[in-house]
Amino acid sequence: MSVVSEILHLLVTASLWNQVLAAAVLLLLPALGGVISERSGVVNIAMEGMMLTGAFFAVVADLGLHNPWLATLVAMAAGGLMALIHAVVSIRFRADQIVSGIAINIFAAGLTVFLVNRIYGIQDVGHASYSELLPSLNIPVLEQIPFIGHVFFQQNVIVYVALVLLVLVHVVLFRTRLGLRIRAVGEHPQAADTAGINVYAIRYGAVITSGLLSGLAGAFLAIGVSNTFVPNMTDGRGYIALAAMIFGKWTPFGAFVACLIFGLGEAIYANNSIIHVSPYLLSMLPYLLTLIVLAGVVGRSNPPAADGIPYVAGSE
Amino acid sequence: MSATAPANAVEMRGITKAFPGVVANNKVDFTVRAGEIHALVGENGAGKTTLMNVLYGLVHMDEGEILIDGKPVHIGGPRDAIGKGIGMVHQHFMLIPVFTVGENVMLGREPVTGPGFYNRVRAREEIAELTRKYGLALDPDARMADLPVGLQQRAEIVKVLYRGANILILDEPTGVLTPQESKELFGVLRDLVKTGKTIIFISHKLREVLEISDRITVMRRGNVVGHLVTKDTNEQEIATQMVGRAVLLRVDKKPAKPGPVTFKVEDLTASSDRGVPALKGVSFELRQGEILGIAGVEGNGQSELVEVLAGTRRATGGRVLLGDKNVTTFDARTERDAGIAFIPEDRRGAGLVLSYSVADNLILGRQRTPAFAWRELVLRLVAIRDWARRLVKEFDIRTPSIETAARNLSGGNQQKIIVAREMASRPRVLLAAQPTRGVDIGAIEFIHRRIVAERDEGTAILLVSAELDEVRSLSDRIAVIYEGKIVSIEPGDAPEERLGLLMTGGGSARG
Repeated sequence: MSVVSEILHLLVTASLWNQVLAAAVLLLLPALGGVISERSGVVNIAMEGMMLTGAFFAVVADLGLHNPWLATLVAMAAGGLMALIHAVVSIRFRADQIVSGIAINIFAAGLTVFLVNRIYGIQDVGHASYSELLPSLNIPVLEQIPFIGHVFFQQNVIVYVALVLLVLVHVVLFRTRLGLRIRAVGEHPQAADTAGINVYAIRYGAVITSGLLSGLAGAFLAIGVSNTFVPNMTDGRGYIALAAMIFGKWTPFGAFVACLIFGLGEAIYANNSIIHVSPYLLSMLPYLLTLIVLAGVVGRSNPPAADGIPYVAGSE
Repeated sequence: MSATAPANAVEMRGITKAFPGVVANNKVDFTVRAGEIHALVGENGAGKTTLMNVLYGLVHMDEGEILIDGKPVHIGGPRDAIGKGIGMVHQHFMLIPVFTVGENVMLGREPVTGPGFYNRVRAREEIAELTRKYGLALDPDARMADLPVGLQQRAEIVKVLYRGANILILDEPTGVLTPQESKELFGVLRDLVKTGKTIIFISHKLREVLEISDRITVMRRGNVVGHLVTKDTNEQEIATQMVGRAVLLRVDKKPAKPGPVTFKVEDLTASSDRGVPALKGVSFELRQGEILGIAGVEGNGQSELVEVLAGTRRATGGRVLLGDKNVTTFDARTERDAGIAFIPEDRRGAGLVLSYSVADNLILGRQRTPAFAWRELVLRLVAIRDWARRLVKEFDIRTPSIETAARNLSGGNQQKIIVAREMASRPRVLLAAQPTRGVDIGAIEFIHRRIVAERDEGTAILLVSAELDEVRSLSDRIAVIYEGKIVSIEPGDAPEERLGLLMTGGGSARG
């Protein structure tokens, strides 16, 4: 069988699409965070670091508390804390937001490795027992639907949470007063300020929310998809989420479509045993897709007008 | 005080505000009566905007006191000002281009339903209500970016009214408007006064001030130097108070002595940035020693025309001849080498590198010439310095040093850098686009004099300006452009009414 027909066969199996959705959600959560942060005018490339921090603390908390739900909350708090650093540096001190983001990513990578060694004296954390993982949840009745049931309704609980968040973020951004204000702050902070909106409060809130979502993704990765922490286990997903956000033109559903495409790349790689192509080649797929996408398949997209520009009250 | 004396809507007493190195307001007293249109005039940097920013709470005063409707008030920020019924229409609009009119107007005071959902229907009703009350028609669902500047400004006014303002501050509101839009704005302001509003109108355009205001306060270098009643004053008196010396408002020039035709444009066509035809067959001739003015409402192809002639935009058809050389396809560098100098309309974007020094800006475009560079590679710093010192003196560029970044100079002095650089290249043709836009009266007077002097030395000058007054006072002939075509070429003394008619597509061309 040729490689092409092997891939075509793979594409019609429900289990592949089940994996695609799970992989996409792992990207969607930080991407949603990025959308919120950048819509408020703060460039956030630190999702990778916030996610990694979340993953680490999820495992630590899970081993200590024996409760995946509490561990998830701890992971979100850890992501939120990293985001708070980014917020203070870029909003309060008006530093370059790209540099701050890179610093946080490097810091997170170093911090987690250091703490793993410090706490456990080894390179990885070992295995949390299966009972303490974020559970899969099959939705009764709906899971019986052929094909669709397996793809959508036999998933980890975080997948459902993420899909609800997807709709929620969209509704908040584009249908509510809060969303209007977030977007106003990201487009023209002076205009928002003269209209009596607190630019700083909105930006802090948005950046911290992006940290919570990235932390949640980290928890899903460490105690949902896998059951361990290994250094650098996010493997660039925060950056791919960034690409998905841009691909999706800073909209939640646009980002989701991008996440599905990248998720497809990952899922195909995960099935490399049944495709006769070098797995190394396949492992490049998600990243290759990212490059192609960024190089202009989507065409020029316009970020929020004040994205990345610190706001100084009273300036023009 | 007699019982009939009108009440004061705003009274500012002894306002002092110092910024590092400059006292922007020095014990300023400023009083506006209820229900009047009060003009606040002065040159750039006179302290008008600072005074109004104090009133609107954007800037905190060092000393002084503010009374609104006779009561002392504390204004700590725009929210306080809005609460006291003060609204401000900023020179640079506080509008979000990607939002709708409704969203822009409502922002900060949005109507909501349920748990915070933005209520589009209520927003629409609110705007319809404001439109009914003040006669300011607006489509609440239009995207702001799609509206012409005049309507954007109207949205700003509606936004201020929606917040319940009784005192409206308008900072240089006509700077961005076409003559027609300005006329409409004045109508709107008169109607607003009839409904009991008070208006403070900041401007440095004297004719407008005379047309619209009831009383005038003149500021110079942080001080109030004059209180005038509009119907008892004239342009000359206001200008003298503003500048502190008698100013020549009319350009003093002798009749032109045109030489042979040196620049010829034949059936030129070009597209705008959006790819639609902007020039639809433009033809004219330019003689040595004459100024040809292009008059027209902005956006009728003037910008595209000068860009094509300067080599920064491609022509899609037609020819441009300099002498008998075809320069149609020349780029900016080769046009310059051929003897065409260019004062671009976007001073800060296209005319200068703001972070460069005055000296470096003065050789921009000529940095490769043997005078300033050895083998096009190494700059001759001494020669550049001498050159810069000479031009700074000759063109009266007010700068602390030639090493100062252009960014730190006033608009007028920035413009003088460009004028100096372009004129000093001894061009055969000078393209001057909006040469005095946003420049104060003193600098305008200077630049006008230099343009006329340049003409008298035999340069062929093409002048494009949105200010009809400027075109009429400088030009020897006037070409009127409308929708990408020259509709008529008029003598330099053509009456304003006739030009106005031609500019808006009316009237008939001269045979």
